[in-house]
Amino acid sequence: MEWIEKQRNVLDFTLSSILRRKGKNIALFTVYTAMVFLLASVMFFTHAIKKEAALVLREAPEIVVQRMQAGRHALMPLAYLEKIRAIRGVSRVEGRLWGYYYDPVVGANYTLLTGRKSLPPGSMVIGNGISRARGVYEGDLMSFRTYSGENAGFKVTEILSAESELVSADLMLVNEEDLRHLFGLPREFVTDLAVTVRNPRELNTIAAKIADLLPDARPIIRDEILRTYEAAFDWRGGIMVVLLAGAVLAFVIFAWDKGSGLSAGERREIGILKAIGWETSDILLMKFWEGAVISLTAFLLGTILAYLHVFFASSILFGPALKGWSVLYPSFKLMPAVDLYQVATLFFLTVVPYIAASILPSWQAATVDPDSIMRT
Amino acid sequence: MIRLVNIRKVFNAGRHNEFTAIEDVSLTIEQGRVTVFNGPSGSGKTTLLSIIGCMARPTAGRIWLEDREITSLPERFLTSIRRGTYGFIFQHFNLVRGISALENAMLPAFPTGQSRKSLVQKAGRLFSIFGIADRAESRVEWLSGGEQQRVAIARALINDPAIIIADEPTAHLDTKLSEEFIGIFKLLRDDGKTVIISSHDPVVCDSPIVDRVISIRDGRLQ
Amino acid sequence: MILHPAIIALLLSSIIICLMVVYCSYHGWILVRKWDITSGSELQLQLERRTYLVSTVLGYVFAFELVSLFLYIFTAENLHSMFVGAMCAAGTLNAGDFGYSTLLVKILVFFLAGLWLIINHANNKAHDYPLIKQVYVLLLVIAPITVVEMVLQSIYLLHLRADVITSCCGSLFSSSAAAVSPSVPFAAGLRLHLLLWPALFLVVVQGAFVLAKGRGASVFALFCAAAFVVSIVSVITYISPYIYELPTHACPFCILQAEYNYRGYVLYVSLFGGTLTGMGAGAVDFFGQTGSLREIMPRLRSRLVLISLTAFLVFALLVACSMVFSNLKS
Repeated sequence: MEWIEKQRNVLDFTLSSILRRKGKNIALFTVYTAMVFLLASVMFFTHAIKKEAALVLREAPEIVVQRMQAGRHALMPLAYLEKIRAIRGVSRVEGRLWGYYYDPVVGANYTLLTGRKSLPPGSMVIGNGISRARGVYEGDLMSFRTYSGENAGFKVTEILSAESELVSADLMLVNEEDLRHLFGLPREFVTDLAVTVRNPRELNTIAAKIADLLPDARPIIRDEILRTYEAAFDWRGGIMVVLLAGAVLAFVIFAWDKGSGLSAGERREIGILKAIGWETSDILLMKFWEGAVISLTAFLLGTILAYLHVFFASSILFGPALKGWSVLYPSFKLMPAVDLYQVATLFFLTVVPYIAASILPSWQAATVDPDSIMRT
Repeated sequence: MIRLVNIRKVFNAGRHNEFTAIEDVSLTIEQGRVTVFNGPSGSGKTTLLSIIGCMARPTAGRIWLEDREITSLPERFLTSIRRGTYGFIFQHFNLVRGISALENAMLPAFPTGQSRKSLVQKAGRLFSIFGIADRAESRVEWLSGGEQQRVAIARALINDPAIIIADEPTAHLDTKLSEEFIGIFKLLRDDGKTVIISSHDPVVCDSPIVDRVISIRDGRLQ
Repeated sequence: MILHPAIIALLLSSIIICLMVVYCSYHGWILVRKWDITSGSELQLQLERRTYLVSTVLGYVFAFELVSLFLYIFTAENLHSMFVGAMCAAGTLNAGDFGYSTLLVKILVFFLAGLWLIINHANNKAHDYPLIKQVYVLLLVIAPITVVEMVLQSIYLLHLRADVITSCCGSLFSSSAAAVSPSVPFAAGLRLHLLLWPALFLVVVQGAFVLAKGRGASVFALFCAAAFVVSIVSVITYISPYIYELPTHACPFCILQAEYNYRGYVLYVSLFGGTLTGMGAGAVDFFGQTGSLREIMPRLRSRLVLISLTAFLVFALLVACSMVFSNLKS
């Protein structure tokens, strides 16, 4: 078909024309790719970590009930457990025992939990982060101060796997007695309650009943936690994008400048084309292909590099800004998670500004007078 | 057949550097003939050629191409007429540097949507006629002046136009090449094409193949 | 505001689109006043060259608007988990003021820009730019509508607040939103789906008539517009439950998802495309009765009608198949 042949011919010429002006085009291409790389890295990271958080939270209890006193989290009396169990629609209630231990040696907070299976007294399972920070490994002894100032020693029997680092880096698992002894928690109390309901659609109703029944308790629904995490990660991602807005603007100005600054050689070439019979629309077509080829290659390359950066190199460039402030950073590999939606967003953040910046310069190039070439 | 009536061309109208290149030119160019515009540089030959060749619009006056008035056609249509009807050979050849001779010759036909293969064939045939088939793949910067000119002629012929316009074609050529060049034009004329040349070279103006010489001075016909 | 990258992208692109269109309409304003095809003056040449710029810009605007429409729906879809009770995009759009209004205006801009491109194409085909005034008057109409779209979208997006945990009380007390039903509010009560097959039938018949006799294109355009309205409402209220195989799920957005084989895309692309080309055929016919367009117009019109009919047939086929092969038995 004629139209296709025309596109092919013009594209051929455009490609040779890009290669003939390597200097200018390479500069543009590099900046463009860097642009896409930065934005894509931010977006891939945010998206992947949200997915990760969602996966992790799937295991969390549907409702967690905590007791509040003077606006702060206080211990939960076991008596409350029975009251909640009596509510219709609740299928299971369990007490959870956990707490934070501040370790002055590294300045970090560890999370102590009772594990699923009962551990022998005096032994503990720790997460990779603690192991790395304190240099303790299987068989080593760690010493802690109890609430009353005594020393309590624990032997490390196992270190949690690296794959679970995102959630387990700062974990310490001990048995119930040891935990109560360390923190001085009396037998009648637990830290909070985990509630499972029969019908997920009833979640809000049951949470409302719990709040009614126990005025000093706050029920926290899992979905809320998920939403909050998502919002936090989105917010972080968004802040980065806004900060990068400066870079996008610089890129746009750069693209505009490169587009309008027709070198004498380019101007001559376009003059020749117009003189030998190319219409303004044909030159615009050539400029369109030029923009398309550069955009597509830069976009692809930038996205691929970002993918490698985030999923294989753990976002070394700006991980801390996105993960949040902490002392114990889990080192983890995110699962690759990219979809069409992100690509579309990236397109709007990079290619659209580029196109907008290059329309006017392209048009100015295309409306060069054909008889200008006769005069030179 | 091309007819010009009371053509006037003014550049930078209304400004301090206003300049009238052509004043009150009326003429008819016959089909199938070789017409030469003779005059010194600055006489308006080039401007007249660009108006005849649909590259610029006159400030006043009217032009007919065959029976169609093309004076105020929008640029878009002027260009497609130009592409199909005219072939241009410029004074400085104006070939695109960095690409091959063959590619240069095919350029005017790219927007027409003909397949690349057929264009390569056409250009190849033209190159053979002009004796430069072996230089087809070379970059134009490496060709001699005479070879470049033949590439320029082949480029002008790629869309099989009825009218050939050449601006000072022998300006950069010695006598031998100039005569070869005129020989090529004889071929074109015998092929039924209309040839319009602007030149102040006596080798061209006094050549026997020229059917008509029109003198121009200061934008007016003599 | 939810500082999500996609929201930033949407805000940014609508500002860019708005600026481009307003810039073009400034040129358009000058053009409408100073255009004179018979003069060979410098100014006229400049104006002719300007038309290339405006055409190029509006071509891109149309493409961006189309992609932005999908991005808008995707974003709404993606953010639904941020709002209590929102099951899909429909919930997100309900969560703030002007969510649906923005969608409607976006669709309007899409149609107007598409029509503009079709009329401009016809204008360029004739050798004396016969429709130049109409083209640029239409542009002056489109420009304020894009501004309205940008404003509405910005208000909606900037005021979106996710239902997240605040201080001590959880969302139970901070959000009083009842669960938002997934059905689109205004469409629920109408029984327009009864008109679906008659409307499509009329479109096909009138289209064939236009192709055969060369008349009645304006009526065809009207039928297409009517069929569009009927089809959209039918898709939402009547057809989508068949696709979801759930009589209570009447949502226009979920059919775009992977689990339904992205059927929504084919449905919407064919419906929108068919309506746009149908209305374009009517417009071209209306303007092309006299002057230089008279010879070229019939071919252009036939092509548009043909595309429109094909699109509507694809739509009808997909709807019929979805209903016949659905497990839902009404």
